Amino acid sequence: MSSIPYILEERPDTGLNNAKLGIWIFLASEVMLFGGLFSAYVFLRFAAPEGDFDYWGSKLSVPMATFNTMVLITSSVTMVMSWASLKLQQFDKYKMYLGITILCAAAFLFVKYFEYTGKFHHGIYPSSSTFMGIYFTLTGLHVLHIIGGMVVLIFFWTKQADKMWAENQDLLANRIEIIGLYWHFVDLVWIFLFPILYLL
Amino acid sequence: MSDNHHHEENFFQKYIWSVDHKIIGIQYGITSLLFLLFGFSLMAVMRYQLAYPEAVIPYIGEWFFSESGGVMLPENYNTLGAMHGTIMIFLGVVPLAVGAFGNYLVPLQVGAPDMAFPKLNAASYWSYFVGGVVMMASFFTPEGAARSGWTSYPPLSIFESGQTMWLLGMVFLITSSLLGSMNIIVTIVQLRAPGLTWFRLPFFVWSQLVTSFLLILAFPPLEAAAVLQLMDRIAGTSFFLPSGLVYAGSAVEAYGNGSPLLWQHLFWFLAHPEVYVLILPAIGIVGEVLANNTRKPLWGYKSLVYAISFLGFMSFIVWAHHMFLTGMGQTMSAFFQLTTMIISIPSVVVLTAFFISLWGGSIRFNTPMLFALAFLPMFGIGGLTGLPLGVAASDIFLHDTYYVIGHFHYVVAPGTLFALFAGIYYWFPKITGRQLHEGMGKLHFYPSFLAMNGVFMPMFIQGLAGLSRRMYDGGQQYAHASDVLHWNEFMTISAFILGLAQIPFIVNIFITLSSKKSKDRNPWKATTIEWSAPSPPLPHVNFESAVEVHHGPYEYSVPGKDEDFCPQTTP
Repeated sequence: MSSIPYILEERPDTGLNNAKLGIWIFLASEVMLFGGLFSAYVFLRFAAPEGDFDYWGSKLSVPMATFNTMVLITSSVTMVMSWASLKLQQFDKYKMYLGITILCAAAFLFVKYFEYTGKFHHGIYPSSSTFMGIYFTLTGLHVLHIIGGMVVLIFFWTKQADKMWAENQDLLANRIEIIGLYWHFVDLVWIFLFPILYLL
Repeated sequence: MSDNHHHEENFFQKYIWSVDHKIIGIQYGITSLLFLLFGFSLMAVMRYQLAYPEAVIPYIGEWFFSESGGVMLPENYNTLGAMHGTIMIFLGVVPLAVGAFGNYLVPLQVGAPDMAFPKLNAASYWSYFVGGVVMMASFFTPEGAARSGWTSYPPLSIFESGQTMWLLGMVFLITSSLLGSMNIIVTIVQLRAPGLTWFRLPFFVWSQLVTSFLLILAFPPLEAAAVLQLMDRIAGTSFFLPSGLVYAGSAVEAYGNGSPLLWQHLFWFLAHPEVYVLILPAIGIVGEVLANNTRKPLWGYKSLVYAISFLGFMSFIVWAHHMFLTGMGQTMSAFFQLTTMIISIPSVVVLTAFFISLWGGSIRFNTPMLFALAFLPMFGIGGLTGLPLGVAASDIFLHDTYYVIGHFHYVVAPGTLFALFAGIYYWFPKITGRQLHEGMGKLHFYPSFLAMNGVFMPMFIQGLAGLSRRMYDGGQQYAHASDVLHWNEFMTISAFILGLAQIPFIVNIFITLSSKKSKDRNPWKATTIEWSAPSPPLPHVNFESAVEVHHGPYEYSVPGKDEDFCPQTTP
């Protein structure tokens, strides 16, 4: 397996390594996944009676979502910092910044948990209205993406990272760059979700 | 990579949990061929029912339809229909065309040691496997398997039993396709051997590249739609349920305001590109076989590449021609009718280039070539009968009749499947080191060719007479059906002959596998890179030494050379 070329070094004519091309193609498919759901949102919003989406949309908590937006943007910044630290050979700083990223992700989930249970507490479920249905579907799928990303981030925060750092520094930096791209994408999805669900 | 770095692998490591693209390709191949056989059996039972409605199904009826004394009930027929479509498309043809052929051949044809991501490749196979198990298991659940058609149109699919398992199975199958196609794209872009420029890629590799892009971009919206339908079924949402819906005599308790049309849009946004996912790898295989057996370069190689790239792009903006009857409006119909007419142009370019490729060649009529030659008129019939369906005015008459079934089966069954058979006969010597028996191959080809047409040609007659599809008794209560229903018996007999005609193929594989290996690594005297590897190629590395490419893919009969072919790797 080690004979596969361009795992880390760039192929001269494409200027990419394998993993970077792979993650961009994966993200393209993710764009289509959320794109499909966003267009379903538009379709349903047009089909809904006047004011239906506004009425149900007003039941969401804008302060909570604003806080979560801040949290995710912060996590994106620290994600880049952790990668930059690796490039600057500062392994301790890498661990710190990655730790902050993981904490931000946890904070996001924590707030989301309160939002969800708050809704359930008031008797609001996905079946309550079309808006609530698409709200729970879109944010639920986004939460799954956050959890998936968190699992990978935690993996690269454990002793496993120390081992990789000792064996192959470039490989670790490459992996962090790749998961970073994914993390920014998940952040970006939220940047779209926030206005269309909470503000519109 | 020398052998002493390798520890000895046991059976499970070598054949089951392997990350070698060749083993995974074979795993895909065997699994999907078994699913094709199973999907065919479901169809055989349906065809028996259509020819002899209300009759007890012989041998298996008392087992499977014991409650009704061996007679097939309408809901049984619906289940068989839905699962036949699902299995043939998602578990049979796509995994065979992309999973098996793509996996096995793409790294070899670009001169790479393996796929770019071997572990993801294995994950792709096992995700497919789990999806298949879920689909199979759904037959044994109390609810039974899905019965809302492979298209799963709501509102019916929200209420009918069995659909939840179908949706869960689909999520696994979609994941598998995404991982697989991502891998193929990265392999083609990144792992091409030195000297293998874009226009030196074999046409098959191009077809896999376009196919993979279609899978990457078209499948996620279906995943989105599946999630929404799952929410409708489990969480009680009403994305696809309009207000004021009445089901089975009582008002449906749901919020309403949903739209069944939304599902159709999301579904066909996948499912139309999916049609090209089914046909493009087949076109790629036919191109390889034709060039090799006419002993001349593929005519219009660059036009073919541009044509299939344009085809791939256009396939994303034709989806609503499946929906002319939904009342989505004249403007929409006009637009999609126009794009549908445009997409037929690259298909015609492909077929024309293939026909001209035959001109002036010294054709070898071996089994792969026979299947590839049969592909041309069969795909032609399938494609041309599609034109009346792409025009709204004639589609309104033909929609949901047997004409539609005839049309797409001509594309997929004698079209794609024949090309896949051609591929199996053509690359079997590479995969196993043994050549399939020619005589038995012809015994497989000729009856299959006749029986295929026997099954599908009468569907056009029935469809033009207005016979509706999805009727469990063939539509006996309709007066207009009475003139054409007698064809059902003929079609059913043809279907059983078609089944029997596959026996020589299966026997051939087992006989050949037990025969002696040949040392000849290039029995067809082909030019592409995979034939310079040993047969079968070496585990994990494929080639004995680094590959370097010096020629285009189809340098056959070059004037002034001693041999009539010039392999790509020859300096």
